[in-house]
Amino acid sequence: MSKIIATAAIRGAHETVDLAEAKIKEAIDSKGPSHEVAFPNTGYFLPVIYALTGEKVEKVSDMEKILKIAKDLLPEEPADKLWLPYLGNTLDAGIATLFGAEMIMALRYIGIGDPPVNDLYLGAADDVIMRARGVEFVDGSAPGFAAVVGAAPTNEEAVAIARELQGKNLYIFMAGSTNGRCIADQLAEEGVQLGWETRLVPFDPHVYGQIYSVGFATRAAMSFGGVQPGDYKRTLSYNKNRIFAFVMALGEVDPIKYAAAAGAISYGFPTIADTDIPEILPTGVCTYEHVVSNVPRDKIVQKSIEVRGLKIKVDKIDIPVAYSAAFEGERIRKDDLYIEFGGSKTECFEFLSMKDMEEVEDGKIEVIGPQVADMPEKSRLPLAVVVDVAGRKMQKDFEPILERQLHHMVNGAEGVMHIGQRDTAWIRIGKKAVEKGFSLADFGKIFHAKLMSDFPAIVDKVQVKIITDQEQVSALMPEARKAYAERDERVAGLTDNSVDIFYSCTLCQSFAPKHVCIISPQRLGLCGAYNWLDGKASYEINPTGPNQPVDKGALIDEEKGEWIGINEYLAKATQGNVEKLYAYSIMENPMTSCGCFEAIVAHLPLMDMETGDIRSGFMVVNRDYPGMTPFGMSFSTMAGLVGGGVQTPGLMGIGKYYVTSEKFVSADGGFARLVWLPKDLKEALRPLLEKQCERIGDPSFLDKVGDETVATTMEELAVFLKSVNHPVMQMDPLM
Amino acid sequence: MTEERKKSIDPAALEMLERAAGFSTMFSRADEMKPCNFGAEGSCCRACAMGPCRLATTKDGKEKRGVCGATLATVAARNFARQVAIGSAAHSDHGRNVAKTFLAAAKGEAAGYEIKDVGKLNWLAGFMEIPTEGRTVQEIAIDVGEKALAGFGKQDDTPHVFVKAAPKKRQEIWEKYNVFPRGVDREIIELLHSSHAGNDQDAEHITTHLVRACLADGWGGSMTATHLQDILFGTPKPLTAEANLGVLKEDEVNVVIHGHEPLLSEKIVDAASDPELIKYAESKGAKGINLSGVCCTANEVLMRRGVNSAGNVLQAELAIMTGVVDAMVVDVQCVFQGIESVTSKYHTKLVTTNERMRITGATHMQFEEHNAEENARAIIKMAIDNYKNRKGEIHIPQYKSPLVAGFSNEYIRYMLGGKLRASFRPLNDAIISGRIQGAAAIVGCNNPRTVHDESIMYLVKEFIKNNVLVVTTGCAAIAAGKHGYMQPEMMEQAGEGLREICEAVGIPPVLHLGSCVDNSRVLTILTEVVNEGGLGEDISDLPAIGIAPEWYSEKALTIAIYAVASGASVIFGGVGSPVKSSKEVTRLITEGYEEKFGARFDFIPDKEGIFAAAMDHIHKKRKALGIDKQQERVLFDMEMRRELSV
Repeated sequence: MSKIIATAAIRGAHETVDLAEAKIKEAIDSKGPSHEVAFPNTGYFLPVIYALTGEKVEKVSDMEKILKIAKDLLPEEPADKLWLPYLGNTLDAGIATLFGAEMIMALRYIGIGDPPVNDLYLGAADDVIMRARGVEFVDGSAPGFAAVVGAAPTNEEAVAIARELQGKNLYIFMAGSTNGRCIADQLAEEGVQLGWETRLVPFDPHVYGQIYSVGFATRAAMSFGGVQPGDYKRTLSYNKNRIFAFVMALGEVDPIKYAAAAGAISYGFPTIADTDIPEILPTGVCTYEHVVSNVPRDKIVQKSIEVRGLKIKVDKIDIPVAYSAAFEGERIRKDDLYIEFGGSKTECFEFLSMKDMEEVEDGKIEVIGPQVADMPEKSRLPLAVVVDVAGRKMQKDFEPILERQLHHMVNGAEGVMHIGQRDTAWIRIGKKAVEKGFSLADFGKIFHAKLMSDFPAIVDKVQVKIITDQEQVSALMPEARKAYAERDERVAGLTDNSVDIFYSCTLCQSFAPKHVCIISPQRLGLCGAYNWLDGKASYEINPTGPNQPVDKGALIDEEKGEWIGINEYLAKATQGNVEKLYAYSIMENPMTSCGCFEAIVAHLPLMDMETGDIRSGFMVVNRDYPGMTPFGMSFSTMAGLVGGGVQTPGLMGIGKYYVTSEKFVSADGGFARLVWLPKDLKEALRPLLEKQCERIGDPSFLDKVGDETVATTMEELAVFLKSVNHPVMQMDPLM
Repeated sequence: MTEERKKSIDPAALEMLERAAGFSTMFSRADEMKPCNFGAEGSCCRACAMGPCRLATTKDGKEKRGVCGATLATVAARNFARQVAIGSAAHSDHGRNVAKTFLAAAKGEAAGYEIKDVGKLNWLAGFMEIPTEGRTVQEIAIDVGEKALAGFGKQDDTPHVFVKAAPKKRQEIWEKYNVFPRGVDREIIELLHSSHAGNDQDAEHITTHLVRACLADGWGGSMTATHLQDILFGTPKPLTAEANLGVLKEDEVNVVIHGHEPLLSEKIVDAASDPELIKYAESKGAKGINLSGVCCTANEVLMRRGVNSAGNVLQAELAIMTGVVDAMVVDVQCVFQGIESVTSKYHTKLVTTNERMRITGATHMQFEEHNAEENARAIIKMAIDNYKNRKGEIHIPQYKSPLVAGFSNEYIRYMLGGKLRASFRPLNDAIISGRIQGAAAIVGCNNPRTVHDESIMYLVKEFIKNNVLVVTTGCAAIAAGKHGYMQPEMMEQAGEGLREICEAVGIPPVLHLGSCVDNSRVLTILTEVVNEGGLGEDISDLPAIGIAPEWYSEKALTIAIYAVASGASVIFGGVGSPVKSSKEVTRLITEGYEEKFGARFDFIPDKEGIFAAAMDHIHKKRKALGIDKQQERVLFDMEMRRELSV
């Protein structure tokens, strides 16, 4: 009965808060009260505490206040007889446990307690991971996560559960042990690839490590949902209605696990257990039941999904290996390799083109040349993947979009790896996949099934040729390359002025209700995942979907990029939140941001130390760069200032390729004002950036743009810019 | 009288009644005094000196008219209007008294009173559109007190400040029939005025118009009392106590408080635990001071302070007959003169404390908010001094039952989700899923003309067995407590669905919401349930019903009307309808109210009939909501999630 859970959870909460108190004391004694404490690379402090209380824990002594809050939440255990109501108390105890656990885990990062990262355990996810992975929660490619606590009785069952969860595209966050073993240990022993790439994430052997799961979900609410720190109601209802997570308890449930589960319930995350613990079946805090127990392990994944209220669309493809987005990040290492194609060792390309209806025989899959089974282990073959697509609403413009999907489609197969695209494609098939009978024809099956199911509005027929015959591959290659070049030219020719229609993107409105992206040919979506053509295709595929055509309407200001139609659309779509957009400006009426931007542009007021003049430069920082920027903050901290669908002049989230656009903040002086980029980003975009330099008539301009090797403060940067004679030092300031 | 009729199902009451043989009690007088049918059924008009007129109906169904020409319908409706006006006056005057004390406390003019629940003060201030930002508790409290007090004497035609707490749809209905309450006093005076001879003589209009004074009670006077009492004395949250005559202690000074207002009794609770006074009691040979209550004062201090209840209203006389009650301290309402004649046979000091209520032969010690502490201490001291005067045989029936009380709407929200997720969602879900079929508010009094506690307990047991959550107030609540149904263990007596909810939350199947003034909590809860969503748009959509199985008072009638006008149907049991003589008025308060307010007021004497009608009502409402069948589990994909609000 529930009273048993309440009693155990409240006891576990007391133990947790007591432990936190002891650890805080230990930290104060050994490190001093003003010792800094933080999770790595995050702008959200101790995120659960920050979101639910609004309190920033930055140093050890800040924890004392949180400890008091946690203690005030701690109730007494219910009496044996004539007990007082305990549900509310238990949920409070759960929250106190989260606070305690988050402090205990944070203290590990300053050497109090076990090391936070060890062996296969990854510790807390930083903001880079949270933002990159969070996007998948936003667009639905990851429908939720399973917080798995404990271990299965056998490794075999552990692997089966993990695979089944992966098969549902779920993330699996692992922390907590049964008899000293965590499911992550079991998976590792069985050689299952763990890590964010495979969605099998081992946080920590202790159940307190599940605070990272809760922290991940909490930061998603703040960064994507624009939930304000301290707004505990919205934090929790956001998680209940957006982040479809659940706790899977394998093996014995002790008081501390109960206490953590009680914390999860406040987030709307129910617990499903394989042992015979008491149940809480009535609904209301979670969407459905709160605790369901005694579920057989071969049914536990299905039951968990049902209890959480999740509907998951799973692609059923008739191939001999499992298929799911969760397998996309899987690597095939040398030792596991059976056969590979491309990767600059053999010729390999993928080419998808549109054909007339009568030219395509739907479902036809031809394999020409040697088969996988004909080849010995660790061999290589050339490969041409030729996909013909027909559809009444298919357009030439959609060819590259569909073709780019081939990468994801191949990757979804368990034991198969795909990198690159077009003529840089590189495919590896692992031994295990071949053992299970995976063949080249299965690529055809995947392409057919996925193109038909993912793009039903534009694709009616698909036929596939898989060619491994060297002669034929070489013969077809030039034709494909010609088509690639034509496509590039066509895209390059698309400008904001050459089209009448832009596309909106509200894909993340479920997460960021106030934000709307406007995608134009010269400015891609800030997540970097959607350009104008994608928007167009997406609209054709789903006319009521998140990408809607927006008629630019009459031009108001060409330089600033303001159109009547865009303003009107935004005013309506944001319920008056944004009434005016200057598409090419960061300083005035800039585009808003959700939380999933690839990079941030920021205005830097730079002082010329000799003249005392203030100059206006722009820096760009991408989310993979963890270090300090001249803005005085790291990306994570800056990101906290940008999101939430609010116009913030001087700061803006962008897709990183926007830096290479002619229209890059062109109303404010544009590319010529670019003064700082992280080195890695500069290198990654170098060819395109060099084109921009040529366009502004300064081929060596890129060398004048600073990076972290020359400056990480505004002062250093100003000195550097002056020394290289950066044009910005002669331009009028913007403010 | 051929055979002794069954008087009670309470073993403590029965034991005392057996000992009281020969004494005149309310039970015996009810047998001796037959009710006058004309009075009981509303056909006696005493509105002027042309009468009184007894408007009998002839055997062939012809209705007589009064000297003035008034029809039976007019007379029955008018008598009824006067009854509910008095009921509303009683609750509302209580509310005014609380508001006055509240304001005095806020101004620092009532020593010993303070603002205990600042959270609720801020919430109420926000609701009343009183600024809180950057202001002291005292400043806010003064504004709240003044505005609350102004609600009584308000003369303009705008709605009372609490009206907007009702569901939107309900407010529109009140607007449509022009019954939304304005100033509380005004509505009562207006109703009394219109009941003067030669005034309102249209039964349909009278029965509609009288709603206004009743709503002025429920959403005005009573709600003011509940809110301000909570702020002043603390919003109730669960606590344990015991109920029935067995709580009296032979070797301690027993002080029993009786009546309705907590203003003085709160201070008496403080005084009774004062170490100095305890020491004084010990110096007089007692082992301590044992405070308990009967009727609704008991409920007030039970809900907030965990003071034991010695019983409900019919047990006041019986408590005195134990011979151990050293003082019975009374304030207002439902304190019957018969008590005095019993006290005079024992040593018990009967102390009246309120200017509105004196009893010949009792000691009066006027309570004023500025001398409350002093007053309370003097009363306790008097009781202690009286300890040595006990005379005659002492007999305390050894019956009492532990209970959990203290359910405010605020706590119910909390208990369903904790501090961070407090909401009514789990309750609504439970109703939608059918675990809980509906809710029955079993409220009101006891009446010596019915078997004491019998109907109340029959209904409690049947409802919970049939998965209907029971909430109770007043003397009905004390009955449930005495009979053990407020123990969480009693979930075992509930149907499977209700038991699951009780088990998940840790509650008894019967929730004690407080005194009869706290029926305003029921209104708030019903509104919160509507606002939570999924169960229609108005209180009248809910599978909920109010029942007073053993009513006796005019206040009960007023409560019934404000509940009905708020959309909750009500059934009264036991004695008959006060408008029974007129078919037309009976139609107006049943079908007539149902057409206007979506709820009706029925009188069904027998408990089985009440239960059947109530279940029928609940099933009909469930069907109308489309929740009479098992709901399919909805699984959410991304698209559907985007529709969910965050």
